[in-house]
Amino acid sequence: MSVSPDELKDRIEAAIPGTRAAVTGDGHHFEATVEGPAFAGLSRIAQHKLVYDVFGAELGDRIHALSLKITPTEAR
Amino acid sequence: MSDSPSNPMREAIQSAISENPVILFMKGTPEAPACGFSARTVAVLEAVDRPFAAVNILPDPAIRQELSAISGWPTIPQLFVDGELVGGCDIVTEMYQTGELQKLLGVETAEAGAEAPEPAAHHETAPLSIENLL
Repeated sequence: MSVSPDELKDRIEAAIPGTRAAVTGDGHHFEATVEGPAFAGLSRIAQHKLVYDVFGAELGDRIHALSLKITPTEAR
Repeated sequence: MSDSPSNPMREAIQSAISENPVILFMKGTPEAPACGFSARTVAVLEAVDRPFAAVNILPDPAIRQELSAISGWPTIPQLFVDGELVGGCDIVTEMYQTGELQKLLGVETAEAGAEAPEPAAHHETAPLSIENLL
Protein backbone atom coordinates (compact mmCIF):
# COMPACT_ATOMS: atom_id res chain seq x y z
CA MET A 1 0.00 0.00 0.00
CA SER A 2 1.42 3.32 -0.93
CA VAL A 3 1.79 6.25 1.40
CA SER A 4 1.21 9.90 0.54
CA PRO A 5 3.77 12.62 1.32
CA ASP A 6 0.93 14.60 2.93
CA GLU A 7 0.26 11.78 5.38
CA LEU A 8 3.90 11.82 6.49
CA LYS A 9 3.90 15.61 6.78
CA ASP A 10 0.72 15.61 8.88
CA ARG A 11 1.93 12.83 11.16
CA ILE A 12 5.32 14.45 11.78
CA GLU A 13 3.73 17.82 12.55
CA ALA A 14 1.08 16.24 14.78
CA ALA A 15 3.51 14.08 16.73
CA ILE A 16 6.26 16.65 17.33
CA PRO A 17 4.80 19.93 18.63
CA GLY A 18 5.90 23.12 16.87
CA THR A 19 7.40 21.23 13.94
CA ARG A 20 7.01 22.15 10.29
CA ALA A 21 7.64 19.52 7.65
CA ALA A 22 7.85 19.48 3.87
CA VAL A 23 7.71 16.01 2.37
CA THR A 24 8.15 14.77 -1.17
CA GLY A 25 8.09 11.19 -2.34
CA ASP A 26 6.87 8.54 -4.74
CA GLY A 27 4.76 6.52 -2.30
CA HIS A 28 7.67 4.41 -1.06
CA HIS A 29 10.77 6.62 -0.92
CA PHE A 30 10.44 9.99 0.75
CA GLU A 31 12.48 13.07 1.48
CA ALA A 32 11.47 15.25 4.37
CA THR A 33 12.73 18.67 5.39
CA VAL A 34 11.79 19.18 9.01
CA GLU A 35 12.32 22.12 11.32
CA GLY A 36 11.24 22.89 14.84
CA PRO A 37 12.31 23.73 18.37
CA ALA A 38 12.04 20.08 19.47
CA PHE A 39 15.36 19.36 17.76
CA ALA A 40 17.37 22.09 19.47
CA GLY A 41 20.23 20.81 21.57
CA LEU A 42 19.89 17.21 20.35
CA SER A 43 22.58 15.21 18.60
CA ARG A 44 21.96 14.37 14.96
CA ILE A 45 21.20 10.80 15.98
CA ALA A 46 18.62 11.96 18.51
CA GLN A 47 17.07 14.40 16.00
CA HIS A 48 16.59 11.66 13.43
CA LYS A 49 15.29 9.19 16.02
CA LEU A 50 12.65 11.70 17.06
CA VAL A 51 11.23 11.60 13.54
CA TYR A 52 11.82 7.87 13.02
CA ASP A 53 9.88 7.16 16.21
CA VAL A 54 6.79 8.77 14.68
CA PHE A 55 6.65 5.89 12.22
CA GLY A 56 8.11 2.99 14.20
CA ALA A 57 8.00 -0.33 12.40
CA GLU A 58 6.46 1.25 9.30
CA LEU A 59 9.96 2.42 8.40
CA GLY A 60 11.66 -0.02 6.11
CA ASP A 61 8.28 -1.68 5.57
CA ARG A 62 5.35 0.45 4.42
CA ILE A 63 7.67 3.45 4.21
CA HIS A 64 10.62 2.00 2.37
CA ALA A 65 12.95 4.93 2.90
CA LEU A 66 12.75 8.31 4.58
CA SER A 67 15.58 10.72 3.95
CA LEU A 68 15.70 13.53 6.52
CA LYS A 69 17.05 17.04 6.57
CA ILE A 70 16.47 18.43 10.04
CA THR A 71 16.91 22.02 11.19
CA PRO A 72 16.50 22.92 14.86
CA THR A 73 14.86 26.28 15.48
CA GLU A 74 14.79 28.54 18.53
CA ALA A 75 12.32 27.47 21.17
CA ARG A 76 9.55 30.03 21.50
CA MET B 1 24.48 -3.94 26.55
CA SER B 2 22.90 -7.37 26.64
CA ASP B 3 25.27 -10.20 27.38
CA SER B 4 22.74 -12.91 26.82
CA PRO B 5 24.75 -15.98 25.83
CA SER B 6 21.76 -17.35 23.93
CA ASN B 7 22.03 -14.88 21.08
CA PRO B 8 25.12 -15.63 18.99
CA MET B 9 24.04 -13.29 16.17
CA ARG B 10 23.81 -10.33 18.52
CA GLU B 11 27.17 -11.21 20.04
CA ALA B 12 28.77 -11.51 16.61
CA ILE B 13 27.46 -8.07 15.65
CA GLN B 14 28.57 -6.52 18.91
CA SER B 15 32.05 -8.02 18.50
CA ALA B 16 32.26 -6.71 14.95
CA ILE B 17 31.29 -3.22 16.15
CA SER B 18 33.79 -3.21 18.99
CA GLU B 19 36.64 -4.78 17.03
CA ASN B 20 36.44 -2.51 13.98
CA PRO B 21 37.06 1.21 14.57
CA VAL B 22 35.07 2.07 11.44
CA ILE B 23 32.36 -0.35 10.37
CA LEU B 24 29.48 0.06 7.94
CA PHE B 25 26.43 -2.18 7.93
CA MET B 26 24.96 -1.94 4.45
CA LYS B 27 22.85 -3.57 1.77
CA GLY B 28 25.25 -5.30 -0.59
CA THR B 29 29.01 -4.81 -0.55
CA PRO B 30 31.22 -1.74 -1.10
CA GLU B 31 32.01 -3.16 -4.55
CA ALA B 32 28.36 -3.89 -5.34
CA PRO B 33 25.98 -1.86 -3.15
CA ALA B 34 22.38 -3.09 -3.41
CA CYS B 35 20.74 0.18 -2.40
CA GLY B 36 21.28 3.81 -3.34
CA PHE B 37 21.65 4.91 0.28
CA SER B 38 24.30 2.30 0.96
CA ALA B 39 26.07 3.27 -2.28
CA ARG B 40 26.14 6.94 -1.32
CA THR B 41 27.47 6.18 2.15
CA VAL B 42 30.25 4.00 0.72
CA ALA B 43 31.13 6.80 -1.71
CA VAL B 44 31.45 9.28 1.16
CA LEU B 45 33.66 6.94 3.19
CA GLU B 46 35.86 6.29 0.18
CA ALA B 47 36.14 10.03 -0.41
CA VAL B 48 37.36 10.44 3.18
CA ASP B 49 39.92 7.76 2.35
CA ARG B 50 39.88 5.93 5.64
CA PRO B 51 39.72 2.11 5.65
CA PHE B 52 36.45 0.69 6.88
CA ALA B 53 34.94 -2.71 7.52
CA ALA B 54 31.68 -3.53 5.78
CA VAL B 55 28.97 -6.02 6.62
CA ASN B 56 26.32 -6.99 4.10
CA ILE B 57 23.05 -7.35 6.01
CA LEU B 58 21.12 -8.94 3.14
CA PRO B 59 22.14 -12.61 3.44
CA ASP B 60 20.32 -13.10 6.76
CA PRO B 61 17.33 -11.06 8.01
CA ALA B 62 18.48 -11.74 11.57
CA ILE B 63 21.51 -9.46 11.02
CA ARG B 64 19.32 -6.45 10.45
CA GLN B 65 16.94 -7.39 13.22
CA GLU B 66 19.68 -7.76 15.82
CA LEU B 67 21.59 -4.72 14.55
CA SER B 68 18.56 -2.46 14.92
CA ALA B 69 17.87 -3.94 18.36
CA ILE B 70 21.42 -3.02 19.41
CA SER B 71 21.52 0.43 17.83
CA GLY B 72 17.90 1.52 18.16
CA TRP B 73 18.20 2.70 14.56
CA PRO B 74 15.60 1.32 12.15
CA THR B 75 17.20 1.82 8.75
CA ILE B 76 20.22 0.66 6.76
CA PRO B 77 23.02 1.73 6.26
CA GLN B 78 24.42 2.28 9.74
CA LEU B 79 27.92 3.59 10.34
CA PHE B 80 29.72 2.94 13.64
CA VAL B 81 32.95 4.67 14.65
CA ASP B 82 34.77 3.54 17.79
CA GLY B 83 31.77 1.50 18.83
CA GLU B 84 29.30 4.39 18.57
CA LEU B 85 26.49 4.74 16.04
CA VAL B 86 27.21 7.78 13.87
CA GLY B 87 24.11 7.50 11.72
CA GLY B 88 22.78 6.57 8.32
CA CYS B 89 23.23 8.00 4.86
CA ASP B 90 21.75 11.45 5.60
CA ILE B 91 23.85 12.07 8.70
CA VAL B 92 27.08 10.70 7.21
CA THR B 93 26.62 12.84 4.09
CA GLU B 94 25.82 15.94 6.14
CA MET B 95 28.84 15.39 8.39
CA TYR B 96 31.05 14.97 5.34
CA GLN B 97 29.82 18.27 3.92
CA THR B 98 30.52 20.10 7.18
CA GLY B 99 33.91 18.40 7.70
CA GLU B 100 32.77 16.75 10.95
CA LEU B 101 33.14 13.27 9.50
CA GLN B 102 36.74 13.91 8.49
CA LYS B 103 37.45 15.17 12.00
CA LEU B 104 35.73 12.18 13.59
CA LEU B 105 37.76 9.81 11.45
CA GLY B 106 40.99 11.66 12.15
CA VAL B 107 41.43 12.63 8.53
CA GLU B 108 41.87 16.34 7.95
CA THR B 109 41.33 17.30 4.36
CA ALA B 110 41.68 20.66 2.73
CA GLU B 111 38.40 20.09 0.98
CA ALA B 112 36.05 19.98 3.93
CA GLY B 113 32.77 21.41 2.79
CA ALA B 114 33.13 19.90 -0.64
CA GLU B 115 30.12 18.56 -2.46
CA ALA B 116 29.16 15.06 -1.46
CA PRO B 117 30.67 12.61 -3.91
CA GLU B 118 28.41 10.72 -6.26
CA PRO B 119 28.59 6.96 -6.02
CA ALA B 120 31.24 5.76 -8.44
CA ALA B 121 30.28 3.35 -11.18
CA HIS B 122 32.47 0.75 -9.52
CA HIS B 123 34.60 0.78 -6.42
CA GLU B 124 38.02 -0.29 -5.40
CA THR B 125 37.96 -3.20 -3.02
CA ALA B 126 37.70 -1.99 0.55
CA PRO B 127 40.92 -2.61 2.47
CA LEU B 128 39.09 -4.62 5.07
CA SER B 129 35.92 -6.48 4.37
CA ILE B 130 34.18 -8.89 6.70
CA GLU B 131 30.95 -9.30 4.81
CA ASN B 132 29.31 -12.71 5.07
CA LEU B 133 31.20 -13.55 8.22
CA LEU B 134 28.14 -13.00 10.34
